[in-house]
Amino acid sequence: MIKWKDKREFWITGAKLADPEAGKIKSGSVLIQKGRISELAWQGAVQSDLPQLDIGGLVLSPGFIDIHTHLREPGYEEKETIETGTAAAAAGGYTAVVCMANTEPVVDDPSIVKFILEKSAQVSHCRVYITAALTRNLEGVHINEYHLLREAGAVALSDDGKFVVDSRVMRSALEYARIYNLPVIAHCEDTFLTAGALMNESYSSTRLGLKGTPAAAEEIAVARDVRLAELTGSRLHVAHVSTAGAVELIKKAKRKGVPVTAEASPHHLTLDDTMLETYDRNLKVNPPLRDKKDIEALRSGLREGTIDCIATDHAPHTEIDKQVEFDFAPPGIMGLETAFAQLNTELVDGVEFSLVDLIRLLTIKPAQTLSLPGGKLARGEPADLVLIDPDEEWVLEKAALRSKSSNTPLLGKKFRGRVQGVFLEGKWESAIL
Amino acid sequence: MQFNRKDLLGLEDLSSESIKLILDTADNFKEVLSRKIKKVPALRGVTIANVFYEPSTRTRMSFELAEKRLSADVINFSKATSSVKKGETLRDTLENIQAMKVDIVVMRHGSSGAHKFLSEFLEASIVNAGDGQHAHPTQALLDMMTLRERWGTFTSKRVTIIGDILHSRVARSNIWGLTKMGAKVTVCGPPTMMPAAVEKLGVGGVKVEYDLRRAIREADAINILRIQLERQDATLFPSMREYFEVFGISNDVLKSAPEHCIVMHPGPMNRGVEIAQEVADGKQAVILPQVTNGVAVRMAVLFLIAGGKVEENDLQ
Repeated sequence: MIKWKDKREFWITGAKLADPEAGKIKSGSVLIQKGRISELAWQGAVQSDLPQLDIGGLVLSPGFIDIHTHLREPGYEEKETIETGTAAAAAGGYTAVVCMANTEPVVDDPSIVKFILEKSAQVSHCRVYITAALTRNLEGVHINEYHLLREAGAVALSDDGKFVVDSRVMRSALEYARIYNLPVIAHCEDTFLTAGALMNESYSSTRLGLKGTPAAAEEIAVARDVRLAELTGSRLHVAHVSTAGAVELIKKAKRKGVPVTAEASPHHLTLDDTMLETYDRNLKVNPPLRDKKDIEALRSGLREGTIDCIATDHAPHTEIDKQVEFDFAPPGIMGLETAFAQLNTELVDGVEFSLVDLIRLLTIKPAQTLSLPGGKLARGEPADLVLIDPDEEWVLEKAALRSKSSNTPLLGKKFRGRVQGVFLEGKWESAIL
Repeated sequence: MQFNRKDLLGLEDLSSESIKLILDTADNFKEVLSRKIKKVPALRGVTIANVFYEPSTRTRMSFELAEKRLSADVINFSKATSSVKKGETLRDTLENIQAMKVDIVVMRHGSSGAHKFLSEFLEASIVNAGDGQHAHPTQALLDMMTLRERWGTFTSKRVTIIGDILHSRVARSNIWGLTKMGAKVTVCGPPTMMPAAVEKLGVGGVKVEYDLRRAIREADAINILRIQLERQDATLFPSMREYFEVFGISNDVLKSAPEHCIVMHPGPMNRGVEIAQEVADGKQAVILPQVTNGVAVRMAVLFLIAGGKVEENDLQ
């Protein structure tokens, strides 16, 4: 565990530096001055009078960026707050998150954007960017004031959690968003086909007697939204892609030059619907966990670039929320504190998927997807960095979670690779208590 | 053989030996039910709560009678629930019932997996009297008892289950139970009422058939599921008359099955919808014997769950 008293100017030496842009990891040292990276040294010992922090061969990367986080504040502070959610982010190696709009009240007024930004400035453990609601109160009827919301600080628009059922409204929202160059993040599900559904429709849903929704429900919605993005020429980002068919639709659209991007969540990349046989409410999520073939399609989508990045869809819920019948439990899985370890354990094999591939999908790629700063290891960049031991084996324990909630199916799971902590503008925060 | 199980949540995780033990025990208890004094002291001092979150007449009466025949102390609780928002949570309710020193909870609940959820923290034994669309083990056991009485064996017998397989916990439990005991199962119904990958259910899977006459041609028994009129989902089938025309069992349709084919129905019946009057009251029907066996099977399940071995004096 690294203990480091904050200094304004210091060298981090003995690092394996991950450069996401170049897709390389190599030994070197970094000079931090006034919260920024002011020097990168690639060889030899550092000759300097400044303090040096030798990290003994651990991996130092630009901090992770999560473009799909539910911070729950305002309105659902019993589940998570800006403070606890960003603390969870920092513990997971994230130095920036983009929070979703389905709070109470919904982020559809500039005053709510300002509230979140002001609160973040006081309590946050990482940078906070804001997605504002696409339509008023997420009702899919009345488009919001995109100009005013962007002026207040919103970086994207989404009714995440709800599909915009009315195609005319979605078309209009995409068209109107275009002049502000705000990406529209689509939550894709045909709500008639998902009505009452509790999990993926499959042999498992039949066996468990849980109402299923077919992959087609997601794909119909993706097909529509991709087609509307083509019609309007507006930027569409597809949230939490979970089916092989959806990957295929996005791939075709990209080939045609449609301005579409997509993300996959750590749980959809690693967990499948057969695991629900325990009726574990912490595995209930929307879109639902799918088939092993879907997992394979998502992984190859990541490798070939059809899926642009990994986003957690961190969705905290209290134990009270989840200690009920499967039918009544709200969908959602936490992800910020486990994403790196889970993906490093399950995906990184050094052959098809390397550590730097994973780092790219957690840093530069999400930044590019929503046109955010960060994700780069370069002189002049803010010193937002994550320190990783890719080989440390550890077990996830509930007591160690920084989030206010604990709705993860991964408690007790053994991981390979652990985030040691982050530097946010050069200020060290340990991930390990 | 000992039963050695705290709960009965379903038949999927029971061995064929355990199922046989339940059926053998039920045969013993059935004899008790034919006596003038239909009561044995086997569960004296054992307290059983019947907790019903879904309306039920038959299953509930059957369990209560089984409990009383075994001399258990019985309490009842019923509550219609459609949402978690209303009042006390399931967990709190059951922990309160348990705090009254109840030994066995017999529960019916509309949510699949509700019993599994409770079994994570309840020390009392749980007997599943139906959960959502998942399982209804005692119904399947009484169906199997009824068949075994007439067949003596399940080997190479075929049972055709007809109707709304998608929403049926009775179908699912029958499929697991029957296939584990060596019977073959065919399911038949409108495609809108067939769950995904249903052919994989059970040990070795089941046959799926949409032509009713073909589905019953080699059936040694048919099990006709109740069409839930209250469901009224216009996308499942267009009308009652069309359903009866295509999937209803009339005397004429029944001629396509072998003469020895047994007709079962878990009740309550919709006469004239899934089953014709003359079939329900016909010679091949065993619908009332099923109900009688229901009491015996539930006596057996409760007795075995309570840790009992069948000794001579339990039957006296």
